Amino acid sequence: MATESENNKSVLVISRQLQRRQLKARLFEAMCIGFTFLAILVLAVLLIDVTIRGLPWLDAQFMNSFPSRFPEKAGIKSAFFGTLWLVTLTAMFAIPTGVLAAIYLEEYAPRNRFTQFIEVNIANLAGVPSIVYGILGLAIFVRFFALERSVVAGALTMSLLILPVIIIASKEAIRAVPISLRQAAFAVGATRWQVTRAHVLPSALPGILTGVILALSRAIGETAPLIMIGALTYVAFLPEGPMDEFTALPIQIFNWTARPQETFHELAAAGIIVLLAVLLLMNALAVFIRYRGSRK
Amino acid sequence: MSKLTTRQVRWGEGLLEKLFFLCAFLSVITTVSVIGILAVETYNFFQTVSVWEFLFGTRWTPLLEPKHYGVLPLVTGTLLIVVGAALVAVPVGLASAVFLSEYASPRTRNIVKPILEILAGIPTVVYGYFALTFITPVLRNVIPEMEVFNAGSAAIVVGIMILPMVASLCDDALRSVPDSLRHGAYSLGATSFEVSGRVVVPAALSGIFAAFVLAISRAIGETMAVTLAAGATPNLTFNPLESIQTMTAYIVQVSLGDTPTGSITYQTLFAVASVLFVSTLILNVLGTWVMRRFHEVYE
Repeated sequence: MATESENNKSVLVISRQLQRRQLKARLFEAMCIGFTFLAILVLAVLLIDVTIRGLPWLDAQFMNSFPSRFPEKAGIKSAFFGTLWLVTLTAMFAIPTGVLAAIYLEEYAPRNRFTQFIEVNIANLAGVPSIVYGILGLAIFVRFFALERSVVAGALTMSLLILPVIIIASKEAIRAVPISLRQAAFAVGATRWQVTRAHVLPSALPGILTGVILALSRAIGETAPLIMIGALTYVAFLPEGPMDEFTALPIQIFNWTARPQETFHELAAAGIIVLLAVLLLMNALAVFIRYRGSRK
Repeated sequence: MSKLTTRQVRWGEGLLEKLFFLCAFLSVITTVSVIGILAVETYNFFQTVSVWEFLFGTRWTPLLEPKHYGVLPLVTGTLLIVVGAALVAVPVGLASAVFLSEYASPRTRNIVKPILEILAGIPTVVYGYFALTFITPVLRNVIPEMEVFNAGSAAIVVGIMILPMVASLCDDALRSVPDSLRHGAYSLGATSFEVSGRVVVPAALSGIFAAFVLAISRAIGETMAVTLAAGATPNLTFNPLESIQTMTAYIVQVSLGDTPTGSITYQTLFAVASVLFVSTLILNVLGTWVMRRFHEVYE
């Protein structure tokens, strides 16, 4: 009898322990879910807040006006076209350089210490704070090459900033191309460049494009390097050439946010809506390309 | 190509290879230029200001008389932001990663991951706007003595900013732990909490640690949110309610004005940027090293 009651007791203890352990597990799961949805909630709050404040200001007048001291007359025309100029020039510099560098590292480079050094170096460059690129741009492009506060100085700085991103993404895309494809082409006598151009690049294209789009959207959103090279000025004209002064969307948003008046904060919110819309569109494009590429 | 001789083809091929090499070599040139420029201007700076005063001075007033060049207030300002951001991003990021890799169904995962990616893609100036016009007013309702520009809001928003990075890197680390380990633990009767806490997370610890280090490095280099929300007062304090200035925010403040090349103010930019560059570089190298060196390979 005694042993049975003892058994019952220990069963009771164990089952109570089990209950406690299971409760802990459930609490832990709830905590993990809670924290994850907290992050999503923050995103929702941010988007709703920006929309409520900015949407009333978002009209044709806002898109077609230059910055102004009077909020009701202010707009983002010069900032929007400045960003367009900036991203176009950045794409012209960074895409060819980045993709060709990736081709070299994946298809041509000998497997030696120097190549390894270049690769480690690129990985480290990807982690350098953007403001340090701004300092580089200020010292080299703005002052040394005397490009002043021009679009081209901004684009060159941005290119250096996004090059590591493009190179790393392109390298991954190129590496994912099966080796058999190259072997088959080599076997029929193609040269290395012919193999790369006709077989490797077409297969790697969706991956490269996705990486390029994400890198360019980073260039659109970056603010600090542009402030460093002195792009925060009153610009009430559209750039007509690469040597013209310019302003850009994030700069204009920064300028409005930094002012104490509430009305300018609402203008900043309207600018943010435009900026986020552009970025979201580019992201959607990247997802679409990735999806089409993965279906093949 | 048929009209070209073999020799011409070879010549062209060689030329292309050289061109491609130059593109890759540009990254080395970039690094050398960054280090070179920072080193030269910092050296010039140390001709006027002693290394001792710069590293251990407790007052940073290079734009006001009397001028002091002690970088410590900027360093503590940056630290305050980093610690606050880590307090937000580390628990939330790790919990999200555990949720994504251990609990979420593939369907939920496919919805949540892109949302976190959106969070990661939002420009930092937008976070600065959010901190200044939303988080600070909300916090000031609760804590009235908080200043308009304060380290707290900036730290929270930087935490939100690095959260997706923590979550995504930790998720990668957790998912690289093989399922057999989980199955073994479950078959011994462990609960999901015990499997995550005592088996999966410890097995992925090196990856998780690396994620934290890399995220902290990102927080140190963060510029726009701290410039907008944390203020421009170099302040040797650990009180998150006060206005401070980070290293990055100082660099922005100076470049907003017109600084002639060669002036001492111009040189402070590079001296501060050197501290910034060296600290992020050390953390990045440490992070990648830990990730590679201690990466457990399971058969």
